[in-house]
Amino acid sequence: MDELVQITLLSLGVSGIATAISLLIGLPLGTVLALSVFRSRGLVLSVVNTGMALPPVVAVLAIALMLWRSGPLGDLNLIYTPTAIVIAEVVIATPVILGLAAAGIGQLDSRLQLQLRGLGASRLQTVWWLWREARLSLVAALMAGFGSVISEVGAAMMVGGNISGQTRVLTTAIVLDVGRGEFGAAIELGGILLALAFLVNGILTWAQQSGQRR
Amino acid sequence: MSSPVITRRFRATRWAVVSLASALALAACSGATSSPTADTITSAPAPATPALILATTTSTQDSGLLDELVPAFEKATGYQVKTVAVGTGQALTMGQQGNADVLLVHAPAKETTLMEGGYGVDRRVVAHNYFLVVGPTADPAGIGTAKTATEAFTKIAAAKATFVSRGDGSGTETKELAIWEKAGVTPKGQAWYLQSGQGMGATLQIASQKQAYTLADNATLTANASKLKLTSLVKGDPFLLNIYHVISVNPAKWPKVNSVGAKAFTDFVTSSAGQELIAGFGKAKYGQPLFVADAGKNEADVK
Repeated sequence: MDELVQITLLSLGVSGIATAISLLIGLPLGTVLALSVFRSRGLVLSVVNTGMALPPVVAVLAIALMLWRSGPLGDLNLIYTPTAIVIAEVVIATPVILGLAAAGIGQLDSRLQLQLRGLGASRLQTVWWLWREARLSLVAALMAGFGSVISEVGAAMMVGGNISGQTRVLTTAIVLDVGRGEFGAAIELGGILLALAFLVNGILTWAQQSGQRR
Repeated sequence: MSSPVITRRFRATRWAVVSLASALALAACSGATSSPTADTITSAPAPATPALILATTTSTQDSGLLDELVPAFEKATGYQVKTVAVGTGQALTMGQQGNADVLLVHAPAKETTLMEGGYGVDRRVVAHNYFLVVGPTADPAGIGTAKTATEAFTKIAAAKATFVSRGDGSGTETKELAIWEKAGVTPKGQAWYLQSGQGMGATLQIASQKQAYTLADNATLTANASKLKLTSLVKGDPFLLNIYHVISVNPAKWPKVNSVGAKAFTDFVTSSAGQELIAGFGKAKYGQPLFVADAGKNEADVK
């Protein structure tokens, strides 16, 4: 039971932190991308959207090559630690949040921005109110980002190593149990993972819908 | 704009979400970092570099041996072992690239290549058991009467019966390919020859689901037998001997390896405490020991 709680908390912690970091990176960048006008904007948007479709296993392989002792960042001794999993998951979730945030903000009526500026809002205040206006899409982006990492197996396996008590998360524990033929245990873990995802998304959906005026 | 009540509610919800998330994250971090080290009672002074990367086979993992051996080692020495069970082939490559500190593997031919390249030091025999040819109880290829693995494989090839190979460069696959070579068969590319590319446990599952033949070590097979619909059909062939060695990665080639930790692990598994653990493993649960402890013997004397 102890191990189960530890695995669950680790899954939640690692994915939660990764999503939070991805939000900190993706939301401002997505906003900039949506609001600024520059020549290669279309190209950058395409790259970001491709990033959403990026196979996680490819991104993780690149990170593993860097974090292995023989790699350039080997001295940091991050391989097979929860930090390594967080790094990998940030790389996976950031394009998702970035792309959806850019889409959500880009979809706002452009006259709103003008109106805000006209009413005397500073740059930061404009951005803040635009975020509030687009919050349905932004919370959806957050949920998508979280969803993409809570279910991630390859990332956790390759840079985490699935080490019992240290880097074993729900997804990798399920794979281990299936490999050992312990299907009952695997289904139990799957149930917990689903419940966790439902709980987090439930809270986020409630936050998304409760601020609604309609 | 928006009414003050709704603004307040939204703010409150936002804070609730943020605080819940941070609380859970904090709990997870503290849970993750404190559990391995908080309750290790060591009988030796804490090591300078506690992190030790052990690259090993999937058979030592899937049989459950490491679940007993590693915690015992950690308790006795205070090291924090990161066990990466990837298959002998990958484990040896990790050793060659300096990505692991100590290896526990079972492909003597490949190990010799590693030692000749100067990447490994202090190679010692640890234990042995035997491989078995397993398959469906119905035995469509009729290998139950075969006296040797080579004979069995020849029959399987002749009957074109489905065979699941590890296909991952592991110690088990190395032995399997050696048997095919002895039998004069080239199975690769044939429709009945499947390569799972996965560990021993997963490969046994595939063989069981497909009612196919495969080669497995006795330990993993016994540990998983209750979940499989397979029978062991050929055993006792001396060619099926499966010896496990422990190798430390050479610090002369890779100065960053934890050579002190590697030596501590090597010493532990070959010590009387470690050997007793290995020799007794499986007796209580399966009624028979799954490994024979061999430390100190020459490779030639191991049978």
